[in-house]
Amino acid sequence: MSNVFALLFRREARLLCRRPAELANPLVFFAIVIALFPLAVGPESQLLQSISPGLVWVAALLAVLLSLDGLFRSDFEDGSLEQWVVSPHPLALLVLAKVLAHWVFSGLALVLLAPLLGLMLGLPASTLPVLLLSLLLGTPVLSLLGAVGAALTVGLKRGGLLLALLILPLYIPVLILGSGALQAALQGLPAAGHLLWLASLTALSVTLTPFAIAAGLTISVGE
Amino acid sequence: MSSPFLEAVSLSCERDWRLLFEKLDLSLLPGQMLQVAGPNGSGKTSLLRLLAGLMQPTAGEVRLSGRPLREQRAELARNLLWIGHAAGIKGLLTAEENLAWLCALHRPASREAIWQALAAVGLRGFEDVPCHTLSAGQQRRVALARLYLEAPPLWILDEPFTALDRHGVAQLEAHLSAHCTGGGMVVLTTHHSLTERPAGYHELDLGQRAA
Repeated sequence: MSNVFALLFRREARLLCRRPAELANPLVFFAIVIALFPLAVGPESQLLQSISPGLVWVAALLAVLLSLDGLFRSDFEDGSLEQWVVSPHPLALLVLAKVLAHWVFSGLALVLLAPLLGLMLGLPASTLPVLLLSLLLGTPVLSLLGAVGAALTVGLKRGGLLLALLILPLYIPVLILGSGALQAALQGLPAAGHLLWLASLTALSVTLTPFAIAAGLTISVGE
Repeated sequence: MSSPFLEAVSLSCERDWRLLFEKLDLSLLPGQMLQVAGPNGSGKTSLLRLLAGLMQPTAGEVRLSGRPLREQRAELARNLLWIGHAAGIKGLLTAEENLAWLCALHRPASREAIWQALAAVGLRGFEDVPCHTLSAGQQRRVALARLYLEAPPLWILDEPFTALDRHGVAQLEAHLSAHCTGGGMVVLTTHHSLTERPAGYHELDLGQRAA
């Protein structure tokens, strides 16, 4: 069973590597949105620094959302999902492997890019570990929650906007905790509380959302 | 007499408020082949998806070894090979990678076995070519190569002959017939009439039922 998990992970990784443009899109989007703000708000570093926690998180959230729209679409269209549903393996396990692979290639890359962009916004170097850690804990939640929406809207021709409407409200706790952690670090306060809450959200979504995603896909395939 | 392996009892299917068929009964014993015929839109694919457990019927039920399908999910998954109209072939992966994954979902196959199966469907030399560079007929052959690997007894195939050339059709017909003769079961939809029919062949015409 864990063998299938590893095989699916490898297969997804291979597929993502053969379509590098699709991987780069969310990253470029993330970088450009953040780069636009100093241009729009002006180079006043005090102002930029104070809005940067919210800014980084909103940009990360939109970048993840952007990458999720097509998460299951090609699998749905070429019949791969049907093969998963009729296979003897639990669908929840398969989707967890799929979302995990997707996160490693898009979410994790975003996390690694964030410190550079943080410096660009004038975040002091002392807050960068908190930025990294909060994104590291928060982006899997964004991917997993978004995958629930992607599973439900996969059968629709234009599911992109509906996906955003369904999922963005669910992102609010992650947004508050993530930017809160960064805000606390910026003011020299301990961020451990926020980060622990984020970690608990991560644990919760890793254990529960695969079942919701699997249920959503079963409905979409059965339509 | 023991209950048939796969059985549909007074099955009805409705899609988008349109009744495709109702009170449909069928049964399938080892060694039998069922060809589902009928005009476009008569519910052939829907019937196959119902039998494969991908869709839920509006009324009636599908039974596997005499018990309702939803209690028998694991049993069905072990015994079923489903190739839908879209066969789950990724254009970005090579023929071998595609087959290795599709087999791993059920029972893993060795590299040699996969190469043999690809050779059996006439794709020797195409093992490591990305599938999007293959023609439609060749892609269909990649999907059908699964039938030449160690396969479960029940095959449900939606339009397996699409895009195959004449030789490919004859070869597949012979292979399906041999599978039934060996005690396997095949349910398929196709518009052309099969020339090679096993002893347990019967046909269900959804168009005639509606008329």
